[in-house]
Amino acid sequence: MPILSYREAIRTTLIEEMDRDPTVILLGEEIGLYQGTFRMTADLLERYGPRRVIDTPTSEIGFVGAAIGMAMLGLRPVVEMMTWNFSLVAFDQIVNNAAKIRYFSGGQVDIPLIIRGPNGAGVQLSAQHSQSFEALYAHIPGLHVVAPATPAEAKGLLRTAIRGSDPVIFLEHAALYGSKGEVPDGEFAVPFGAADVVRSGRDVTIVAYSRMLGTALEAAAHLAGEGIEAEVINLRTLRPLDRSTIVESVGRTHRAVVVQEQWRPFGAAAEIVATITEGAFDALDAPIERVTGADVPMPYARNLELMALSNAGDIMRAVARTLYREIPTPNGRSSGGQSDA
Amino acid sequence: MADLQSALSWYRRMVLVRRFEEETERAFRRGKIGGYLHVYSGQEAVAAGFISAMRGDDICFTSYRDHAIALLRGSPPGAVMAELYGKAAGLARGKGGSMHLFDVGRGFYGGYGIVGGHIPLALGAAYALRYQGSDRVCLCFLGDGAMNTGAFHESLNMAGLWGQTGHCPLVLIVENNGYAMGTSVARSSAVTDLASRFTAYAIPSERVDGMDFQTVRLAAERAVADARASGRPTAVEAVTYRFAGHGAADVVQPYRSKEEVEQARRRDPIRLLEGHLRAAGLLDDAAAEAIREEAEQAVLAAVRHSEDSPPPSPEALHADVYGKEA
Ligand SMILES: Cc1ncc(C[n+]2csc(CCOP(=O)(O)OP(=O)(O)O)c2C)c(N)n1
Ligand SMILES: [Mg+2]
Repeated sequence: MPILSYREAIRTTLIEEMDRDPTVILLGEEIGLYQGTFRMTADLLERYGPRRVIDTPTSEIGFVGAAIGMAMLGLRPVVEMMTWNFSLVAFDQIVNNAAKIRYFSGGQVDIPLIIRGPNGAGVQLSAQHSQSFEALYAHIPGLHVVAPATPAEAKGLLRTAIRGSDPVIFLEHAALYGSKGEVPDGEFAVPFGAADVVRSGRDVTIVAYSRMLGTALEAAAHLAGEGIEAEVINLRTLRPLDRSTIVESVGRTHRAVVVQEQWRPFGAAAEIVATITEGAFDALDAPIERVTGADVPMPYARNLELMALSNAGDIMRAVARTLYREIPTPNGRSSGGQSDA
Repeated sequence: MADLQSALSWYRRMVLVRRFEEETERAFRRGKIGGYLHVYSGQEAVAAGFISAMRGDDICFTSYRDHAIALLRGSPPGAVMAELYGKAAGLARGKGGSMHLFDVGRGFYGGYGIVGGHIPLALGAAYALRYQGSDRVCLCFLGDGAMNTGAFHESLNMAGLWGQTGHCPLVLIVENNGYAMGTSVARSSAVTDLASRFTAYAIPSERVDGMDFQTVRLAAERAVADARASGRPTAVEAVTYRFAGHGAADVVQPYRSKEEVEQARRRDPIRLLEGHLRAAGLLDDAAAEAIREEAEQAVLAAVRHSEDSPPPSPEALHADVYGKEA
């Protein structure tokens, strides 16, 4: 299997799908001549021309709405959202149109639309450019919300998204763009709603997605050194959410830690915790822990920014609490990321 | 040239629309229709004029004031009324209601409830039609109030750009009925010559008397032919008037005088067209009466159909949130 970066996996999939299906077209700011803000669409304007690779003005309402209209007429637009922070400008189009037109039309149209781009914190981008909006979008019926953690998933989920018939919120993480991994060739696709048990363990279940999967695996490796075997679940998609894999795992481990980058109140972890209490209440031997970002707008100063994000140490401490144990943790400094019960 | 002979058939449909709207208001008062109800009375010449210029395979989008668009595009009055009644036999299976009529089979891509929110959809749809290599045209009806939204300006700028390469066969129809709810054009737009606002985006536009069917129709034929031939957007501001309140709940109407409404009613688009037809000898008392009676029967049949037909089944609650793959 070839080794690709997360970025190459996405770009290759775009190319494969555009070669296969002339209805797949790209829209967004700076995707053509500029080659993409994160170079995801490098050379694609040259390859497919301006009818299929559309450089748009800074008009999120306009180009997201236009993409919905294109999808209603049978095209498969893939919109690049330069970063998801800017999607709030188009929130009305996404929530009131993309998510609802199939329903309020009584099922008369498909909306095969993908909106993709980086979600979450970068490095010192401060309050307006570091946000994670998965819970915002996963709240909305009619949308799919996808958050790949690996290059293979990025490819497989994007393929499923492009070949589907509903709007997909495709949340990439800029911090992962350079990360590498094995990616199956060809028609490889990952279905929505199928979480991946990345690591098996009997002592505690750690649920994560996107960038925090790597942090969770790092914590699990350290925990193994302490004799604690953590099972790590990578959600891959938040809507649909693979509730049964989570519940089944906690049914065996009796303990759970749910990890997310975003703010704690009303975040994705809250829904996952509720899912566990609904499905595995009797199996629980300890309160479920959440490890989340600090409940503040993202600060600029690097030391404060690091405090606002969770790390492997935070996850290990949360695991320790579910086991009513003390364990040494690698990140000794006090974390501003919230992991208190 | 739009001949009067064929205008007779549009007169017939305008009479149906007016009678249909009267009945929806009555059904609303009787509690048969829920939610919001925005009727089209007074504006019939605008939709009729433009829809008369559409080809069978052209498409259109509009706002929540959408009953007339569906009826004039040929949706059965019974299915339109059944939608307002929230019945399974409705145009959108009872899932959309008055604001979200939809008849894709007839090229009607929907009524939308967020002011201005449908304009970018029409832009993208127009692009898709050209991308697919057809010469079909997309019409987008919008209110004077919708011109003040960000969605309007972003879409129009992009329409101007995409038109430069012939990828935007879009006809924008501003239905200037004088008001956005209770806010007059003078109180909401820094420029009251609404057609002139399109020049900012290099989109040709004209302002026409939206009460006169023949005038609207001629402008519509020009605009549609232009968009079809060039793949460029064009705009028409049709100056019209809303005879009824904004919605069924807008009873008192403190923002306008009774005299103003009466004045506008003197130029009722249906009576204006009737006058033209009579003057040309195409309509007499008996024929006019027959047309009214035909509309009466069609509307009563639509009401009976709606009252007699069942509501959506409980399974419909969860249907059509996602397509088949989900
Ligand atoms: C974004 C948004 N803001 C406010 C409303 C409430 N609202 C409904 S209709 C309307 C006025 C729209 O006026 P206009 O575009 O002229 O259309 P008309 O009702 O005259 O047909 C408003 C403000 C809405 N539906 N959407
Ligand atoms: Mg108005």
